[in-house]
Amino acid sequence: MSTTSPHRRQPPKKAATQIRVALPPAGSRWILGRSYRYLKGYLRFTTGAYVFTIVITLLTLFIPQLIRQIVDQGIGQKNPGLLASYIPTLLGIMVVKGVLTFLQGRWTEIASQGVAYDLRNALHHKLSSLSFSYHDHAQTGELLTRAIQDVERIRFLTGRATLRLFEGSILMLGTLVVLVLMNPRLGLLSLATIPILVAVAFRFGSIYRPLSQQIQQQLSVLTTRLEQNLRGSRVVKAFAQEGAEIARFERENEQWFHLSELSVRILAVNVPLIDFVASISTAIIIWFGGRLIILNQLTIGELVAFTTYLSQLVNPVRRLGQIIPAIAMAAASGERIFEILDADSKVTDAPDAIELPRIQGAVHFENVSFSYLGQQEVLKDVSFEAAPGQVIALLGATGSGKSSIISLIPRFYDSTNGRITIDDYDIRQVTLQSLRLQIGTVLQETTLFATSIRENIAMGRPDASEEEIIAAAMDAQAHNFILETPNGYDTEVGERGITLSGGQKQRIAIARTLLMNPRILILDDAMSSVDTDTERLIQIALERLMQGRTSFIIAQRLSTVRLADQILVLDHGRIAARGTHEELLRSSGLYTDLFHQQIKS
Amino acid sequence: MGFSIGTTGAGLGPRGALDRFSDKVEGKVFNLEVVLRLLIYVRPYWFQMTVSVLLLLISSALVLTIPYLVKIAIDQSIAQHDLDSLSRVTMWMLGAFSGLYLTSLGQQYLLSWIGQRVLANLRNEMFRHLQSLSLGYHDTRIVGVTLSRVISDVAVINELLAEGLVTLVGDTLLLIGIVVTMLSMSPRLALLTFSVLPLMLLVTILFARRATAAFRQTRARIAAVVGDLAEGLSGIRVIQAFAQEDASRTQFDAVNRENRDAYIEAMSLSYIFLPSVEFLGMVATAIVLLFGGLFVIRGSLTIGVVVAFLAYVSRFFQPIQELSQLYTTMQAAMAGGERVLNLLDTVPDVLDSPDAIECPPIAGRIELKNVSFAYLSEPVLHNINLVIEAGQTVALVGPTGAGKTSIANLVARFYEAAEGAVLIDDHNIKQIRQHSLRSQMGLVPQDPFLFSGTIADNIRFGRPEANDNQVKEAADLANALEFIEAKPNGFQTEILEGGVNLSLGQRQLVCIARAVLADPRILILDEATASVDTMTEVLIQEALVQLLRGRTAIIIAHRLSTIQHADQICVLDSGSIVEMGKHEELLARKGLYYTLHAS
Repeated sequence: MSTTSPHRRQPPKKAATQIRVALPPAGSRWILGRSYRYLKGYLRFTTGAYVFTIVITLLTLFIPQLIRQIVDQGIGQKNPGLLASYIPTLLGIMVVKGVLTFLQGRWTEIASQGVAYDLRNALHHKLSSLSFSYHDHAQTGELLTRAIQDVERIRFLTGRATLRLFEGSILMLGTLVVLVLMNPRLGLLSLATIPILVAVAFRFGSIYRPLSQQIQQQLSVLTTRLEQNLRGSRVVKAFAQEGAEIARFERENEQWFHLSELSVRILAVNVPLIDFVASISTAIIIWFGGRLIILNQLTIGELVAFTTYLSQLVNPVRRLGQIIPAIAMAAASGERIFEILDADSKVTDAPDAIELPRIQGAVHFENVSFSYLGQQEVLKDVSFEAAPGQVIALLGATGSGKSSIISLIPRFYDSTNGRITIDDYDIRQVTLQSLRLQIGTVLQETTLFATSIRENIAMGRPDASEEEIIAAAMDAQAHNFILETPNGYDTEVGERGITLSGGQKQRIAIARTLLMNPRILILDDAMSSVDTDTERLIQIALERLMQGRTSFIIAQRLSTVRLADQILVLDHGRIAARGTHEELLRSSGLYTDLFHQQIKS
Repeated sequence: MGFSIGTTGAGLGPRGALDRFSDKVEGKVFNLEVVLRLLIYVRPYWFQMTVSVLLLLISSALVLTIPYLVKIAIDQSIAQHDLDSLSRVTMWMLGAFSGLYLTSLGQQYLLSWIGQRVLANLRNEMFRHLQSLSLGYHDTRIVGVTLSRVISDVAVINELLAEGLVTLVGDTLLLIGIVVTMLSMSPRLALLTFSVLPLMLLVTILFARRATAAFRQTRARIAAVVGDLAEGLSGIRVIQAFAQEDASRTQFDAVNRENRDAYIEAMSLSYIFLPSVEFLGMVATAIVLLFGGLFVIRGSLTIGVVVAFLAYVSRFFQPIQELSQLYTTMQAAMAGGERVLNLLDTVPDVLDSPDAIECPPIAGRIELKNVSFAYLSEPVLHNINLVIEAGQTVALVGPTGAGKTSIANLVARFYEAAEGAVLIDDHNIKQIRQHSLRSQMGLVPQDPFLFSGTIADNIRFGRPEANDNQVKEAADLANALEFIEAKPNGFQTEILEGGVNLSLGQRQLVCIARAVLADPRILILDEATASVDTMTEVLIQEALVQLLRGRTAIIIAHRLSTIQHADQICVLDSGSIVEMGKHEELLARKGLYYTLHAS
């Protein structure tokens, strides 16, 4: 219903005034420079392409001269032999030019696609190393746009955009020189339209680009409207609001139409205008050039050459008008890309980090405090010890710090104060990889990847044998239902495959963790609602999983708290009470309250 | 204008590759039925269309005259040293250029205007149609697919008009015009020049075929990159927890590399094609110069004709290239058009019967008589008989798949019962208009769905005419007032997509306020499964008590703790009602309810 808020909607007429010339933003030169630096790995291709561009331009400038010769000397002086002798040269030049154009294009493409490839890999690398605190705030759609669209714009910038800019500029310069040399007066006169042409092209480019972005934006408003309507179709129907929804959609659609109509008008006026301005030059050449011929100051061949030169300029100039705004947009894109690449990863390996050897699983929190991004502390001075193999249950209200405790152990976040040790190793002194490979995590939301069930189970240990995978699935109570899927362990899940129920996904996640055989286990047993049978299966699987491992569990079940060697009761980031189930029932009122509210029997 | 040599075919790039992540299906190049049906939408604008086509004809003719005027300038004015005639011809040329400008402007504007207008109309029509389709349709469709129907597939109408029609009519006419003009100016030279055409055609067809495949490949590759990245990002927590960053990077590197290589190959094809076309153009130019020159030397041709031919030759290639791209465009347009029409042809499976009456204000008694129901041909409900007196609260409980939601769906007529009848105040709901029935109903969905817009907009959703005081009152009754007023913008707080700036509990409270304001006689409450903190839970329960007061309510219960005070609890198992009664009665019976309660 964004449409009903007045400040979000713009009346159609406002659109025109909002269009402004897109100039590179401040500091963009630095960003552009940094973008170009990615070409360094492709210096040979780029240099080659630019050298060839110069050669191609020279050939382009030479061809009208050849045609002039043919017309004046071959035809004009009635010399068939001479006329015929020019033809192979003409075609030969075209062959050379064609080969060079191919190489120039391909090399530019190799270099700029290479830049895009490098940038995307760099983005992926960075994003996969950024800690949870980054991803908690990042939106997937936004990151995708940067990795796809923004990178694409940088690719255009480092590739064809700059090349065409260069090509257009030297062609213009070259044409100017040649025309003035051929006939100064006619040259200057016929080039008189070029500044107008450039102005028209630039004005068009700078109006059109922002407008088409606005149209794109309006289209995404429209898409959002429709998407919300579809996702909320039950609500729409239940409240019988189809009519109001239609009115809203049509309003946004009408707004889209007005913007499109504006762009259509701009296109219709400007695109033929560029041709029109260019054609005035033709008229000038015919009129003034014709006079010069009559006065014997110009030949027909020169006249033909003149018109050819001018027609060669039209397309490059037209393109220039589109490239300048594209560069401005690339600068903005670059900024968004480098923002990710420059983001600080909050959790990294210490420079002298060592490999964590095979651990027993003794976990020790020493006066640990923690806050997200400098906000209020969610953990205050928490200390406890877990002996190898113990089950630690965590209980507390939402926001009491349960999830924070379990997130600190695999260093998804780093504590702000105090330290955590495992087998007397400070977890900040060991490598992330060696730490996390020994900690199994079953998160509340089960994420499976769009690949086979087998690969999902073997995710943490791609080298696992078939027997090990099946054994893990059996222990996780998943084997039977896996066999019932169309292709067993090779069944694809997710987008292109079958959809598993919540309970099935959870058991695959448990199998995945079992296969890793971690010494420390972290899990959130708040499972999505499943039927009683499934619940029992999951319970069995979880108990298998916990056997012989140091386990930290956010408790929701009676069986879990009964099993626990130690229950930590959290209240506003502090440990308010600790002990076993029976002890706490006797000693802690808070525990008794929480137990009745949260624990399913 | 004139003599473009060596600059044909500008800007053939990976056209809109990014706009089309999804691969377009291959299909027919021309489907008469699709075209005819789409043209119906153009009919209201037949006048603009006619004018546009006329302008197209004039502009094509003007394009043809210009080289001819050049010929006259050279052969008559210049050859006869006639300055007046030269000025006259120049004036004619300027006139032709101006005419060309104006006709192209008018033609382009009109045609694109029609295209956009029809596109907008089609979108409206599709949206309207979607509103009339029952939940049965929406429940089985992926939202993204429907989105692309309404947003991108309809854009084909534009392609059909702007690219299809103009290219087909305009370019064909222009081509014929050029051929005829050249033949009439010098048949011999014309025929000689045309000898390049078969080669040209061959190269173009070869390229078009390969390029279609290559660019389709690039679209598939970029889609793979997007897919891999999206999956990696949404699974980043698992990837990090299992220390699989390296494996994930290797995998991404592979799709990223494939994408790069596919683009380089596709673009390289273009870089072979463009110079080839340029070269063939130059061959044609060379033929004109060589043979034209020889004829001039022999005196059988004037130099002006040669110059005019040079211009015509350069005009020749653009239409050929555009026509060659038409194939791909049309293929996509036909496939898209078919999908659009399919959507519009879907018949709603819940329809008002022709003699349906407006539902009078109801008391809220609900009766299900021998109701059976199947979903996607799977039987879900068997012979259900259930009476809910006006003002009663009935809770439906039972394991997943027992049929709780289906009963509620039938009462709201989101679906149609296969057998039996649903009566509301003794009206069979098939005999009353859906809109009049549902405007007396309300829903609190399981997933607290909010629309983007302000909090006030959302509360007002079911009663858009409600004033600010009523909105506030409803929020107050729903226990939502406190948190709303604590927000900096209060009721005007914008809700972000997916409601991420409100907590789950707060979203539930807004949903309750929405139902309170709509003041329905019958309320369907799909209990939320996601857990909220204890404080909020208390607020929600209080709010629900307010909401249920004085209305008939059906609660789809997922947790048993909250429904103990229901007037009636209806226990379902595998599509049948197995037990019915009050909480204590059912517990005492030690049946399924007892078991569910114990687990």
